[in-house]
Amino acid sequence: MTVTDTFSTPPAVTAVKVKKRFRVKRETLIDHLILVLGALFMLFPVVLTFMTSSYDNLAFAKSGLQFGWSDQFFENYERAMFETSGFTGAIDGVSMLTNSLILGFGFAIGKIVISMMAAYAIVYFRFRFATLSFWIIFTTLLLPLEVRILPSYEVVQGLGLGNTYTGLIVPLIASATGTFFFRQFFRSVPEELVEAARIDGAGPVKFFIDILVPLSKTMIAALFIIMFVYGWNQYLWPTLITTDEGMFTLVRGIKNIIQSFTDSSSVPEFTVGFALTTITMLPPVLIVIFFQSWFVKGLTESDK
Amino acid sequence: MAIVSLKALQKIYPNGFQAVHGADIEIADGEFIVLVGPSGCGKSTLLRMIAGLEEITSGDLIIGDKQVNDLDPADRDIAMVFQNYALYPHMTVYNNMAYGLRNRKNSKESIEKSVREAARLLNLEEHLDRRPSQLSGGQRQRVAMGRAIVREPALFLFDEPLSNLDAKLRNQMRIEIRKLQRQLGTTSVYVTHDQVEAMTMADRIVVLNGGNIEQIGTPDEIYHRPASVFVATFMGAPAMNLMEGKVATGGIEIDGIGLLKSDHKLDASSNVSVGVRPEKVKLTTKANGITQPFVHDFTEELGAARLVHGRLGDKPFVINLHQEDEVPTGDLYATISPDMLHLFDTATGKRLS
Amino acid sequence: MKRAAFSSPWMPVLLLLPQVSIIFVFFYWPAFEALESSFYLQDPFGFTGTFVGFENYLTLFQNSEYLRISIFTLVFTVSVTFFSLAFGLLFAVKADKVIRGASTYKTLLMWVYAVAPPVAGILGVSLFYQGHGLITQLFGFFGHEFVIGVNYYDTGFALIAVSIWKQVPINFIFFLSGLQSVPRSIREAAMIDNRSSSGRFWTITFPLLAPTAFFLLITNITYAMFDTFGVIDVMLRSEPGNNPMTLTYKVYVDGFRGGDLGGSSAQSVILMLLVLALTIFQFRLIERRIHYT
Repeated sequence: MTVTDTFSTPPAVTAVKVKKRFRVKRETLIDHLILVLGALFMLFPVVLTFMTSSYDNLAFAKSGLQFGWSDQFFENYERAMFETSGFTGAIDGVSMLTNSLILGFGFAIGKIVISMMAAYAIVYFRFRFATLSFWIIFTTLLLPLEVRILPSYEVVQGLGLGNTYTGLIVPLIASATGTFFFRQFFRSVPEELVEAARIDGAGPVKFFIDILVPLSKTMIAALFIIMFVYGWNQYLWPTLITTDEGMFTLVRGIKNIIQSFTDSSSVPEFTVGFALTTITMLPPVLIVIFFQSWFVKGLTESDK
Repeated sequence: MAIVSLKALQKIYPNGFQAVHGADIEIADGEFIVLVGPSGCGKSTLLRMIAGLEEITSGDLIIGDKQVNDLDPADRDIAMVFQNYALYPHMTVYNNMAYGLRNRKNSKESIEKSVREAARLLNLEEHLDRRPSQLSGGQRQRVAMGRAIVREPALFLFDEPLSNLDAKLRNQMRIEIRKLQRQLGTTSVYVTHDQVEAMTMADRIVVLNGGNIEQIGTPDEIYHRPASVFVATFMGAPAMNLMEGKVATGGIEIDGIGLLKSDHKLDASSNVSVGVRPEKVKLTTKANGITQPFVHDFTEELGAARLVHGRLGDKPFVINLHQEDEVPTGDLYATISPDMLHLFDTATGKRLS
Repeated sequence: MKRAAFSSPWMPVLLLLPQVSIIFVFFYWPAFEALESSFYLQDPFGFTGTFVGFENYLTLFQNSEYLRISIFTLVFTVSVTFFSLAFGLLFAVKADKVIRGASTYKTLLMWVYAVAPPVAGILGVSLFYQGHGLITQLFGFFGHEFVIGVNYYDTGFALIAVSIWKQVPINFIFFLSGLQSVPRSIREAAMIDNRSSSGRFWTITFPLLAPTAFFLLITNITYAMFDTFGVIDVMLRSEPGNNPMTLTYKVYVDGFRGGDLGGSSAQSVILMLLVLALTIFQFRLIERRIHYT
């Protein structure tokens, strides 16, 4: 190859390069466009609801959801939180928020404790009915609560647990998702750890407390987030089991409250309802956003 | 510091699989025993039976002067180093070493003293506050050793402790472990599948195959007088050349090769396997009474030595030459001296003579 | 079970006791009750029951309304599953590809997971609100008067749309994590073998995502059939009337509103069988095909 040859090629090379760079750029642009549209698709309904919750009721009654910001924000939220409503007048935002927190925490903690214990027994013990217990527990994965809702309701009523936190929380724990989750995780813990611990003189209780629980910290956190959100967002079961308005959670009560807001006055109080809707969404959404990595890990690990 | 004896130890799993067929081993005080064999030979099972991590189906296990068959691992006065170290990932190096002592309710001061002492011995003093994940492979290995040492057990158990390290570190740790064991004088049982580790570290080697003990002996005995075809071919690299033949007068008659001279005292015409270590064969260009014509295929240069691959008759044959010995040109002959032949019964695989 | 498992006789019993007793009281007992009462005809007050064998089931199968609801459930399940999977996959592929802003997109596309179905229903109601809901107006612009709660098809469309919206995030999360676990070396090998990026996606990446996709398929079917209860209940404003609804919602309507315990139980049992079939299908297929590790 001569010097002139090498010199004659550059124009072609640059042309190819330029073309390629342009193509890559356009492709990336389309990718971003799709993602932006997707993000807007997810955001839009919530953002509109949030914005509308700063308007007065007339604005919504006249022209629907609002894109903008008005001056009724604090008043609407104050009314949503503190104004008693419902048929008995025994309920306000604060009491529903409290109930939601009790359901969320109670469910998540109960589920984690109970399923960790069961998974520990299944993975780390040799005992006679191990296989049987395994199947008894894991058959529950087959039938969601919604399928057996009516008889479950009857059983809980029959036990006199209607309108109690126990009746609200415990039946929701009766599925094996958490146990399955911890079983998968415990099985991935190296065998040698329990062996080393046994040589170090740790019995089953010591091993559980000193080694397994600290090792499961991330998993516990991940499951806690998932279960808290799951508990907080329960609707069907609370609808059936809590008829006393003082027991309403936010998610359970919101439909009734909005109905009573919209039925009661001449101008339906939609924007106060939207304020309550925002309050209902906020805690689980914030948790999912802030503890995103744990949450994603917990969610995707459980399927392996 | 104890005498350990295994008497007819058997392991049969609930599904009927017999992993260990009656192991008898007497281990002297302070001795370093290596269990070696291919994967699935039962060496790890045997070690875990000694540790108490695997139930003993039958037989007796005696550590010191106590029968410990049914004792918990923690009560057997042993310590174990695992292949993947099995360090507690959420504890610092200090706590990893101290955990066992705390469970034994030792006083805080005595724990501190033992851990510091072990850390000094293992060069871990600066790392006591770190987590295992912040350490290198070699350092983790040391922590695992430290955890064993602080217990001052009667018996150390090692389960392939070096197989997760790279080659260089493995050589170094091999020496360190051996030195430390000598220094402490603690009886040790060490499992490996690496024959180099077995040969270099052991006072005595136990070769296992299919749940049976093939041979127990010093590295020297194992190498020079392998008790079976299995031991002969498993120990030594490159592996021993092995040929099938029939006993004849004055030697062994091998199909397609001819008579290999040997001064045996065996019955004629019985079937034998003949083994020759590659490093015990010389190459010449002149035939004589104890040579066989050798066809040269190719040579592997190893630096300190060279492996000459070829054939005797139609049988593949390897010769391990010292670095100074060139491969001669022209017709080649392999010198196989009669006293270098290992003879085994073909049917049983056991050593003859 | 671990090789060196503990062998204490009473400890595992103690550990399992809470879980197993809850399961017996709140799972096996109700499931059994459902099965039993599906063979009984009960008076509205639930005091007496007459054994009627399979009559509750026969009544159901001859009921044209039940058939209509079954068909809607099928349409509903198929559309919700298909579209939420498709959107989830599309967003995941793009989010996996872009470098700038990847984590922001990820957050924005997944947070709706935390919105409760009935809350999604409220958002839906306000968007499809009669007269001046945003989407209602959009339809009006194209000349269609959208009336939710009155027009069967309009209501069905709104239910499906809201249910899809609620389900996209979880599909997105799983697809994205599936994509990110495709080994780099495989991607690089594919890059050398295939020039076209869409070709690479359909021939290499997508087959590797198959286990995830299959898991999600089942999850989405389950979601559409059961977890959309909140969406439906809120959007129908508890006034089922002639509106479209799913089989699960029908169980609730008949059992709690209509007081038809036997019929509702029979429906429950049918749903149980459906779920059981789905699960068996899932295990079969997982065993037979989609397995790479």
